[in-house]
Amino acid sequence: MSVVTLTIDDKLVSAPANTSLLSSIQEQGIDIPTLCHLKGLSERGGCRLCVVEMEGNPRLFASCVTPVAEGMVVRTNTAKLLKYRQMMIELLMAQRNHVCAVCVQNGHCELQTLAAKLGVTSVRYDYMCPDLPMDASHERYVIDHNRCILCARCIRVCDEVEGAHTLDMGGRGVQSRVIAGMNQPWGTSRSCTGCGKCVQVCPTGALFKKGSSAAEMVKQHDFLTWILDGREKKIWHWR
Amino acid sequence: MANLAGGPTAGTVKGEQSVMNVMNRQELLEMAQSELDRQNTFRCRLLICASTPCISSGALAVEDAMRKAVEAEGLQTEIEMVGTGCLGPCSRGPLVTVQVQEEPDVIYERVTVELAPQILAKHLKGASVPELDARMLSYDWPFFAKQKKLVLSESSTLNPERIESYVARGGYMALGQVLREMTPEEVCAEVAKSGLRGRGGAGFPTGLKWDMVRKAPGERKYVVANGDEGDPGAYMDRTLMESDPQRVLEGMAIAGFAVGAEQGFIYVRGEYPLAAKRLEKAIRQAERRGLLGSRILDSKFNFRIDIRMGAGAFVCGEETALMQSIMGRRGQPVPRPPYPANRGLWGGPTLINNVETFGNIICIILKGADYYASFGTDKSKGAKIFALAGKVNNTGLIEVPIGITLREIVYEIGGGIRDCRPFKAAQTGGPSGGCIPAEHLDAQMDYETLQKLGSIMGSGGLIVMDDQSCMPDVARFFMEFCMDESCGKCGPCRGGTVQMHRILSKITNGSAIMEDLDTLEDLCLLVKETSLCGLGNTCPNPVYSTLRYFREEYESHIKDHYCPAGVCQFTEKPLRSA
Repeated sequence: MSVVTLTIDDKLVSAPANTSLLSSIQEQGIDIPTLCHLKGLSERGGCRLCVVEMEGNPRLFASCVTPVAEGMVVRTNTAKLLKYRQMMIELLMAQRNHVCAVCVQNGHCELQTLAAKLGVTSVRYDYMCPDLPMDASHERYVIDHNRCILCARCIRVCDEVEGAHTLDMGGRGVQSRVIAGMNQPWGTSRSCTGCGKCVQVCPTGALFKKGSSAAEMVKQHDFLTWILDGREKKIWHWR
Repeated sequence: MANLAGGPTAGTVKGEQSVMNVMNRQELLEMAQSELDRQNTFRCRLLICASTPCISSGALAVEDAMRKAVEAEGLQTEIEMVGTGCLGPCSRGPLVTVQVQEEPDVIYERVTVELAPQILAKHLKGASVPELDARMLSYDWPFFAKQKKLVLSESSTLNPERIESYVARGGYMALGQVLREMTPEEVCAEVAKSGLRGRGGAGFPTGLKWDMVRKAPGERKYVVANGDEGDPGAYMDRTLMESDPQRVLEGMAIAGFAVGAEQGFIYVRGEYPLAAKRLEKAIRQAERRGLLGSRILDSKFNFRIDIRMGAGAFVCGEETALMQSIMGRRGQPVPRPPYPANRGLWGGPTLINNVETFGNIICIILKGADYYASFGTDKSKGAKIFALAGKVNNTGLIEVPIGITLREIVYEIGGGIRDCRPFKAAQTGGPSGGCIPAEHLDAQMDYETLQKLGSIMGSGGLIVMDDQSCMPDVARFFMEFCMDESCGKCGPCRGGTVQMHRILSKITNGSAIMEDLDTLEDLCLLVKETSLCGLGNTCPNPVYSTLRYFREEYESHIKDHYCPAGVCQFTEKPLRSA
């Protein structure tokens, strides 16, 4: 296999030909933000967070879909890139109802982590506050469109790894939405195997297991009565 | 039509069944001659423009009235009525051309049902009809005289629904010449020498692209014609497909020979049913005559063309999205590389050009690359079709040598601004282009100059605006279009277009503050630089160019709640002050 040499942030690096620029960058230990990229899935090139500057070219390149080439000179972290990445995160935040405080994924969310890492403290754009539904018709999983960033990881894993292709994208532009089957309630889709891969790859709280949402976290104080009744009155019946 | 006689090379191993579909050069010439002879049997030919603009202004009713008049006079054998392609001055339809033998052709504009029989009376009986004289269009009229028709050269005279009509005007001669005398390398070299650049907007050198596909390794290669023209106000491709479908097919077949493809697809926008109908008819007729299909013109070259209809997505005009759509997938762009020339349809090398680009090929082959290159500027050769629209006196479809100035187009071809108002700006390239202000009226219309001015050539939409057009409102209109048409795959375009549209709406309704202008400018740069495909890369152009040339207009909207053009109604107030 042939090897190419390129410069990443002033450092000479060699990489096997036909690999992506992103993998070379990550190999260097550079923490480059990504959202739609996930190792093991095909590249989508959709979130554009991994854009890099290339010397001698006025354009920016999404490193996940740019193959390495001999003599490339790449900068991964300039002031302009940081500004653009912050703007992209803000655009995502403004697009749907990303309310971390009530989200199942709070604390483990890739969007939240990236926002914190990139120093996004406020959103300068108007929140669009779309009126979006949740689909809880599946027996084990829920999809909450309010938290979806349309990275299509779930769609790709369903198609490429599970082979079911239950999920796909419907609509266009900002109206795009992840749909199940023929745009039917997820629970009625016959192709879904219930494997849960989509839930595992989702970067945000858009896909989650039933029972993990804040509203479902109901505490049961009445166990005390049950124990006391049992010990004292010897009556062991649960409610 | 059949090849029973057989040319010198034909009829050696041919079975009787295959004979019907093979035609050689001699028969092609015979077909042309017999059509010319047939046309000459008529004393008078009435050519009625049957392209969409004229039909919508009543051409079919006029044609019907004329046919009745002809029948009433019993002149069916002396007068031929032909529905032709587009003449150009579309706002003046229905247009009727009268060809009487040994007399110069006469064009009438705005022909009505009442006037239709009068045309017969005037030309056959010598009656004087002052109403008609007033509607005569002269060939010296600058609208016609300043044009140089290389692609639309035949469209105003031929019948797009009959292949004989095309063949009689030299159709399929270029393909014959290529198959007989040239190698694929030579065809690519000839196209490269002509300096033809892609007419879809980006202006990539066509010869270079053909050569790349020719050299790309691959068992199956494809040729795709992009007829998914979606810019508001633009209808160059529709007109070409409606007026001269065979020219596009012949250009595609030549391209197929040059790159080594046997299958072509022509992707027609879903909103163009007439173009699709005529193309379908043209393909069927050409296949029946052996001008498409197997063993074209008695050579070893096979080439089939299929039509694919779009389903209403603007983004499918982007080449990678278009190919996804042809393959039956969701019409969304995919990242390049791999470029279509290396891996396109079903993984095969694919040549994808605009239909207008294919329309130029015939002229290059028949008249030579040097003739073609004699038009245009140093870097942009040939002629370009523009759809001239907006506030000019003469709107319509024009084909002008590249490098003509905007002033010539607006003030000579367009006949100046309506009601003698001042020229304010011209928008080229639709929602992907920018506006050119009055100070650049003398700019040459070529790829480089337009790009320098912050616009693009685009597919050829040209909208002229006068002082009654509000620039923030125009930018808002185009941004609304882009927002609706953004496919949603990449984040910056999906979210950025929506936010830009919000800010522009706020500016035009009075609720914006000065900070919003900075946010708007930042968003323009973000979307332009980081989007996945051409739609996102170019959609901020209308905003960016109007901000560049008409910034004071934006500021007066925000600061003074005053719209200089008197368009915007300031019904809202800012939520917070700056």
